[in-house]
Amino acid sequence: MQLVLEKRAERSNTIALVSPLIAIGLTIVTMVILFAILGKNPLLALHAYFIAPLTDGYSLQEIAVKATPLVMIAIGLSLCYLANAWNIGAEGQFLIGAVAGSWIAVKTQGTDAGAWVLPAMFVLAAAGGALYALIPAICKVKFGASEILTSLMLVYVADLFLDYLVRGPWRDPHGFNFPTTAEFDPVATVPLLIEGGRLHLGSIIALVVVAAAAILLGRTIKGFEIRVVGAAPRAARFGGFNADQLIILTFAVSGALAGLAGIIEVAGPVGHLQPGISPGYGFTAIIVAFLGRLNPLGILIAGLFLALTFIGGEQAQIAMKIPLDVTKVFQGILLFYVLACDSLILYRFKLVFPNRQVARGTG
Amino acid sequence: MRKTLLALAAGLLLAGSVSAASAADKLKVGFIYLGPIGDLGWTYQHDLARQALVKELGDKIETTYLENVPEGPDAERAIEQLVRAGNKLIFTTSFGYMDPTLKVAKKYPNVHFEHSTGYKRDKNMSTYSAKWYQGRYIQGLIAAKMSKSGVLGYIGSFPIPEVVSGINATILAAQTINPNIKVKIIWANTWFDPGKEADAAKALIDQGADVIMQHTDSPAAMQVASERGKLAFGQDSEMIKFGPKTQLTSILDTWGPYYIARVKAELDGTWKSEDTWGGLDSHMFAMAPYTNMPDDVKKMAEDAQAAITAGKLHPFKCPVIGQDGKPVECKGGDHLDDGQILGMNFYVKGIDDKLPGK
Repeated sequence: MQLVLEKRAERSNTIALVSPLIAIGLTIVTMVILFAILGKNPLLALHAYFIAPLTDGYSLQEIAVKATPLVMIAIGLSLCYLANAWNIGAEGQFLIGAVAGSWIAVKTQGTDAGAWVLPAMFVLAAAGGALYALIPAICKVKFGASEILTSLMLVYVADLFLDYLVRGPWRDPHGFNFPTTAEFDPVATVPLLIEGGRLHLGSIIALVVVAAAAILLGRTIKGFEIRVVGAAPRAARFGGFNADQLIILTFAVSGALAGLAGIIEVAGPVGHLQPGISPGYGFTAIIVAFLGRLNPLGILIAGLFLALTFIGGEQAQIAMKIPLDVTKVFQGILLFYVLACDSLILYRFKLVFPNRQVARGTG
Repeated sequence: MRKTLLALAAGLLLAGSVSAASAADKLKVGFIYLGPIGDLGWTYQHDLARQALVKELGDKIETTYLENVPEGPDAERAIEQLVRAGNKLIFTTSFGYMDPTLKVAKKYPNVHFEHSTGYKRDKNMSTYSAKWYQGRYIQGLIAAKMSKSGVLGYIGSFPIPEVVSGINATILAAQTINPNIKVKIIWANTWFDPGKEADAAKALIDQGADVIMQHTDSPAAMQVASERGKLAFGQDSEMIKFGPKTQLTSILDTWGPYYIARVKAELDGTWKSEDTWGGLDSHMFAMAPYTNMPDDVKKMAEDAQAAITAGKLHPFKCPVIGQDGKPVECKGGDHLDDGQILGMNFYVKGIDDKLPGK
């Protein structure tokens, strides 16, 4: 006797839409129990996590700042995943983008370079990220190498390359040997939107990216192609769509967006290139992409929601002395419920009594 | 049911506001930690000091900390969160928080900041650090006496002056015992990563090192040395329970007295931006008991400690010879001056390695 997942014959669209809400609801219930066990007041804790960060402008800005790279990367990843191309290496493309863009900032440091610097950094970062993403894409198309493995492994290459640069050739000469470049000049810095805050131009760019992706997927033939190749590869072949070409394209776009997110983070909130510029954005963005159901608007909401849990987690640590580990448990539980709800919408559990003779016959 | 819930919620809110009112007269002191408070090294020691602070002044202050704050884009927000939660004195306890602390300090001129191990200061931002190189010098003496292979293993974190001066002090001391002493250096490129630290220790032992010293924060290297029957020095905290037969001594970060003094100054209204760099004489750090060594080595270590504390022995006594064989300019009379040590960017003669990035 065994328990198997069996695909449901029909699926409800309504349930598919409310499934993330069910997951969030279940997460909250679980967290209430956890808070109670920890001896913390569950209502106050939930308030600190979800309500307090939404009640003042400062926290709202911080949520937007935190969500910006997540959303930009996740949009790119969603295009890949929709087309059945598994880019796991956005973290590396993010880092290479940051490096490529920083090159101009480092080279023009202290010169009277004009307003062209920042746009040039953006272009170079996007190109760098795209080229870096093309390595696994081309290996996949030409040699059939698993893009999951190659893209993931290239993350570590990018990480070490950045490390080498800031320890060696690009190190701040006045930085006491610490591995960092000098602070970027004002012309090489992403402008702030609100005086005294941290909200920057990058958040607007992220919104533009979301809108562009929504139009691409909803209104263009290319978007249709991406979805068909992912959902029905055979039908796509009959339709004359070239899956290989699409892998190259989606990887390039996703790499470009990750690279752009990288330089925005470096030239924005951080202000210089250093190791550790990404607390795992490229990987967290995978969660964001799926939490947002590979839908641009959904990704925007998911990115903001995940950012909220980061900011809320800090405020809960300050206000209620709730350990950081609880925030991590909380994020883990959320992902668990999202995946569980999704699976149970498409599949159902069934007890199977295997017929040995049949098994032997077909085996 | 609904009424019960409402009553409950109202009760909670009231309870919240009452506790907020009683906390209002207390000075709020915040801490930003690099690692988890259970790292048993750097962050653990800062948190012990925070606990000492609470014990001493608990009726006048309230402390809050944020742990595991990465030295990246999140640091500035974490510091600002503490400011916005009403903390008036904030300790940021790692080098990488320097620029974020400075940014927040400029934004909130009425809040005071204390940044550990950095070099940028402002009207409302002090720095504090310890002359750990003094402790490293004592360790160098012990290591040279205890090593049979004549090869020391050194796990570096980042090639910043604090770490480089520690390596140099160790070797200068060891050379007074054994002029041919060798040191193998591995840069872990992290302050806290038990896996990497253990790998580094294994690699060093495989290269013939029989005394392991570290500038990283976890007890992982101590455990590896213990398993392989070698000797080692702890770092930041007392690590003897990870190597009862292994630990020779450990440099203990004792921030407690400094934290208490600074908070008292804040309470009295006498807090000023300062640059504190204290050594053995001012108790910014201490040496753990000298263990697992013969009595004569122990005595030598204790004598050296007494001489350094009394100011009679300076680890960077001139002439200090650089790797190029030339003496380094002697700016402090008969020893290198503080600036030369704080910005140390060279290896001394006898280190058969290249400083990364040089």
